[in-house]
Amino acid sequence: MNSVAQPTANTITPRSHPVHIPGEPILRVEHLSLAYEGVVALQNVTFQLITGERMAVIGPNGAGKSTLFKIIAGLLKPGSGTVSVFGAEPSGHICISYLPQHNHVDWNFPVTVGEVVMMGRTRKIGFFRWPSAGDREIVSRALRTVGLHAHAHRQISQLSGGQQQRMFIARALAQEADLMLMDEPVTGLDTPSQEELFTVLDTLREEKVTVMFALHDLKLAATCFDRVMLLNRRLVGIGKPADVFTREHLSKAYGDRAQVLENGHGLSMVDDTCCGGREE
Amino acid sequence: MIDWLWTPLQYAFMVRGMLAAVIVGMVCAVLGTYVVLRGMAFFGDALAHAVLPGVAVGYLLGGGARGPVFWWAMATALLSAFGIGAVSRAARIKEDTSIGIIFAGMFALGVALISMVRNYTADLTHFLFGDVLGVRDTDLLLTAVFGALIMLFILTFYKEFLVISFDPTLAATLRLPIRWLDYLLIALIAMSIVVSLQTVGVTLMVAMLITPAAAASLLTRRLSRMMLIAALIAIFSGISGLYLSYYLNLASGSAIVLTCTSVFALIWGITALARRYSRARAAENM
Repeated sequence: MNSVAQPTANTITPRSHPVHIPGEPILRVEHLSLAYEGVVALQNVTFQLITGERMAVIGPNGAGKSTLFKIIAGLLKPGSGTVSVFGAEPSGHICISYLPQHNHVDWNFPVTVGEVVMMGRTRKIGFFRWPSAGDREIVSRALRTVGLHAHAHRQISQLSGGQQQRMFIARALAQEADLMLMDEPVTGLDTPSQEELFTVLDTLREEKVTVMFALHDLKLAATCFDRVMLLNRRLVGIGKPADVFTREHLSKAYGDRAQVLENGHGLSMVDDTCCGGREE
Repeated sequence: MIDWLWTPLQYAFMVRGMLAAVIVGMVCAVLGTYVVLRGMAFFGDALAHAVLPGVAVGYLLGGGARGPVFWWAMATALLSAFGIGAVSRAARIKEDTSIGIIFAGMFALGVALISMVRNYTADLTHFLFGDVLGVRDTDLLLTAVFGALIMLFILTFYKEFLVISFDPTLAATLRLPIRWLDYLLIALIAMSIVVSLQTVGVTLMVAMLITPAAAASLLTRRLSRMMLIAALIAIFSGISGLYLSYYLNLASGSAIVLTCTSVFALIWGITALARRYSRARAAENM
């Protein structure tokens, strides 16, 4: 539980307590495979996450990033293999926050930023109850953490793209999520907005929130994350960016596309990071 | 003016009609905000039409008594509501297609059943377009009880309905019982349809659900306020619709719905003008 959790930690109903087995890692994925109607989406993926770390998930479109996230969030069942969050199946937990790719919500929906963040507390409040002063305090603290406190009463369409992502982070904080899965949240954001997002993510580290983050920008992955995972249905590599972003791994993950990238803007960044890593 | 307002209220049937119109309008408007936000207008319209055979059976079996009509309509509404989902899943066809199939089939069955009765046109008209001035005390009681029940559920599950409507993915990761909440919302819509049967009839029912809510959505960006404004619009339309009906000798259901539509058009016009004006002001200031 992160520190935001404390005010109501004792008041939540027993049913909403997720099973957290002591000593178990926040996330353990073993030999995970899934095929949709004969097409392999993920094959034999095995890895673990360390509490509080920030992991980038990199891979071409169709590499299974979103599928992996949905399975970890407990929204899809694995075909074979196991996924456990704190030692139990993901679908029993309410400590996982999942932000799907693109605009998955109607931005004209009649809700304010504060109301969306309060939605994260729905289960903690429980059925037949209304938000308490404690819940409101948690929401306003979450909004302060992401720098949206002044926007609490705005309708959500008035937010910029970066602010929208930070609102969802605030909602995950209000949910007291231990694991945040973010599917390409920086796509379409300008550089200042990206920087603000990562500043907020840095504060999450203090709250012991573990973040998995899918993105396409190799440079960003190499500079802003503790570990990176290269995925193309199979796990191509996982570890420190310098060890993972090698020419061999990248061509394995991207196949012919790496060749195309070489002439463009893309691989020049890749070269920078992987060569810089090798020199060390 | 006072006289003008007072005269119709000297008739007990007008007072009962107004009470029914107010209760039904309020309940449908509040529930209708979800119908509008979740894009269920077609479903609501279809469900209202699909109730007709239930009405007919209740009418035929009860020999014209109101009680059986109400309960048969209720059973049919619930059955059709869940039938649409089941057909859509089992037959692997798109939901709007299965809604269309069930809706037209049920409606035709209803008309066929009613046509078996001798003086069928008059009765059919009442079921199709409502007969709010024919509301009796027992009808009013049923309307009030079910209206209160629907409001109670909306209030009780306000935050859960909000989450499943706004962000089903969040609802799933919070492990909310999404399917049961969806069923509950559908059951509430079915109930609201039966409750408003006598006020506006099956063909105009959808207007009670969506028009006040849609008008309110133009005025506010908060769900709770949208519910409140929609309810006020519906109450206003119910009362003024009945006055119009009384003085202009119009069909009561149509008069209520037309008032709703006019309010919507008025709000839409005003907000469009206001937006244009503020854009022009902004352009001048640049």
